[in-house]
Amino acid sequence: MSAALPETAPAAPGDETPERRFPTAPLFLSGPAALLFAALVLTPLFLTALLSFNQFDYATGRTGGFTLEHYLSVVTDEYYLEIFLRTFRISALATAICVVIGVPEAYILSRMTNPWRSIFLLVILAPLLVSVVVRAFGWSMLLGPEGPVNGALIALGIGRMKLLYTEGTVVVALVHVMLPFMVIPVWTSLQKLDPAVEQAALSFGASRATAIVRVVAPQILPGILSGSLIVFGLSASAFAIPGLLGGRRLKMVATVVYDQYLSDLNWPMGAAVAVILLAANLIIMLTYHRMVEGHYRRRLG
Amino acid sequence: MSFLELKNITKRYGPLTAVGDVSLSVEKGEFVSLLGPSGCGKTTTLQMIAGFVEPSAGTIRLDGRDITRAKANSRGLGIVFQSYALFPHMTVFDNVSFGLEMQRVARGERKPRVEEALSLVHLSPYAKRYPRELSGGQRQRVALARALVIRPPVLLLDEPLSNLDAKLREAMQFELREIQRKVGTTTVMVTHDQAEAFSISDRVVVMEAGRITQIDQPYRIYEHPETEFISRFVGKTNLLPGKVVTATGAGATVSLAGIAVPVETADLSVGETVTLCIRPEKLHLTAPSSGLLTGRVADRFFLGSQWLYHIDGPVGTLMVVTPNDGSTPAEQGAPVGLEWSPSVVRVHRGAMAEAPDVALEVTG
Repeated sequence: MSAALPETAPAAPGDETPERRFPTAPLFLSGPAALLFAALVLTPLFLTALLSFNQFDYATGRTGGFTLEHYLSVVTDEYYLEIFLRTFRISALATAICVVIGVPEAYILSRMTNPWRSIFLLVILAPLLVSVVVRAFGWSMLLGPEGPVNGALIALGIGRMKLLYTEGTVVVALVHVMLPFMVIPVWTSLQKLDPAVEQAALSFGASRATAIVRVVAPQILPGILSGSLIVFGLSASAFAIPGLLGGRRLKMVATVVYDQYLSDLNWPMGAAVAVILLAANLIIMLTYHRMVEGHYRRRLG
Repeated sequence: MSFLELKNITKRYGPLTAVGDVSLSVEKGEFVSLLGPSGCGKTTTLQMIAGFVEPSAGTIRLDGRDITRAKANSRGLGIVFQSYALFPHMTVFDNVSFGLEMQRVARGERKPRVEEALSLVHLSPYAKRYPRELSGGQRQRVALARALVIRPPVLLLDEPLSNLDAKLREAMQFELREIQRKVGTTTVMVTHDQAEAFSISDRVVVMEAGRITQIDQPYRIYEHPETEFISRFVGKTNLLPGKVVTATGAGATVSLAGIAVPVETADLSVGETVTLCIRPEKLHLTAPSSGLLTGRVADRFFLGSQWLYHIDGPVGTLMVVTPNDGSTPAEQGAPVGLEWSPSVVRVHRGAMAEAPDVALEVTG
């Protein structure tokens, strides 16, 4: 300390003391990203929120003024309520199925040795290389009335079934699209796991299943948590899958927003629905995060 | 019949033989260490005893029962892993209790046994903590308590002290031995640290390239290493190449760069190439031009309780360790004489494996 003082002293007189000088480096470093974020995310979001309070005139299509009627009608109208409930039901179901399939998938992946592990990781990620729209059309060809699935059902004597434009199909397609987003965080937290911990459980007489349930699963909970948040958030705001596989009648929130904007041209209404979706999504995700995180925070840090 | 018996255990990975033909008998209550450099197969051997690696050939018997192909979770052994492998999401108490739970010990009986194990390792006040709230030494104790609480027939320790700092490691060594004596559990420890192996084992098994090269008491291994590799690996040593010039029934004379040195090895023949192996602490500094050879102090290092000298002489650089008895040490550059008793010289037949860069060969 005392050796450093004479060095800094000559530079000090004209300048401000280091304590009072505002630290500029953090600002410079975070600035570009903050600007980009503000310009591309916060501004449209803010404008959307503003728009949702505007009045809409069906006759002229003009917007302006201030009203809460869009929010009121969304909250009170059973039509919207049903769509919101359906959206969250479908998202929750897709998330649950992703956990059930994705977690064992990630575990098996982490136990593979290298040529196979890389190959299967690629297989899991490969669907991300294909556009969601293309994959949705793939499902609709597969499940359509003349598609191979119905063809097989007829051949088996079960007869033709209505597969397209059902909730089940939307859930299946969402799971297909979202699975990598579950596998990757879980796989990452499995990578951080000390393999000796599972061996330790075995050495104390635990069966393999017990070792997985009691020792492995609790440790990859953070991975499962972030995976489910990603899957739920993306599913709740999914547009292409419900738009193409849900048809005209099976609407989800994102498709309703689209309809309001482009069919009814009621932009304020669409904006209000979008804002409510964002708020509801946030509340659900934060609650879930809090519930699960509170469980492991002290233990895993 | 010994308690734990390995018979001709071999593990091959493709063309590579990780462990070759290892046979070892461990008596009940004995503390045996597998000592060797990394990659010598000691950990693989331990994992085969534990049941995590299946031997390619050979048998493992525990208390007369063949456990060669038994599953790891049916062997009931207590294992302390190198990384400790504690369950991070469980408290210290739950960690220790886990093995008892798996053995379906009644809840009422579990609590006193866990408490007993925790007090054995002096961790009773920490029962409610999580592993990440403990220091390295404390985690190590939890791992030990967790392994001992199930009263295993054999305790396996995989480099148990390697993650601790030097001071703690030394303290834990003695504690480990004390606990093992108290509990009386047959113990097999894997280590690359010879000080660790020597200070706490009844017997040490030296492994080299997948094979056992010597099984003996620590003292015997240090004083009578059977191979040149062991004398290098275990402690510091001076290796001197020479040729036998005279040989009688009681001993021989070996010429080291023209200097005749008496040795007590009997069955040598004249003209044979040999390597003499002398521990640094067995050499004594004397007045210049007395003793067996004369040299000059090239370097000296103060080690607290000892002085380590590098002496340049006609046979190369020799390491000499003398106790710090408070007297004035030899100055750097000063000429000194060296002497030793013929009984401390170990003779290995044949030339040395590597260049005689003994001064740099500071192992352990």
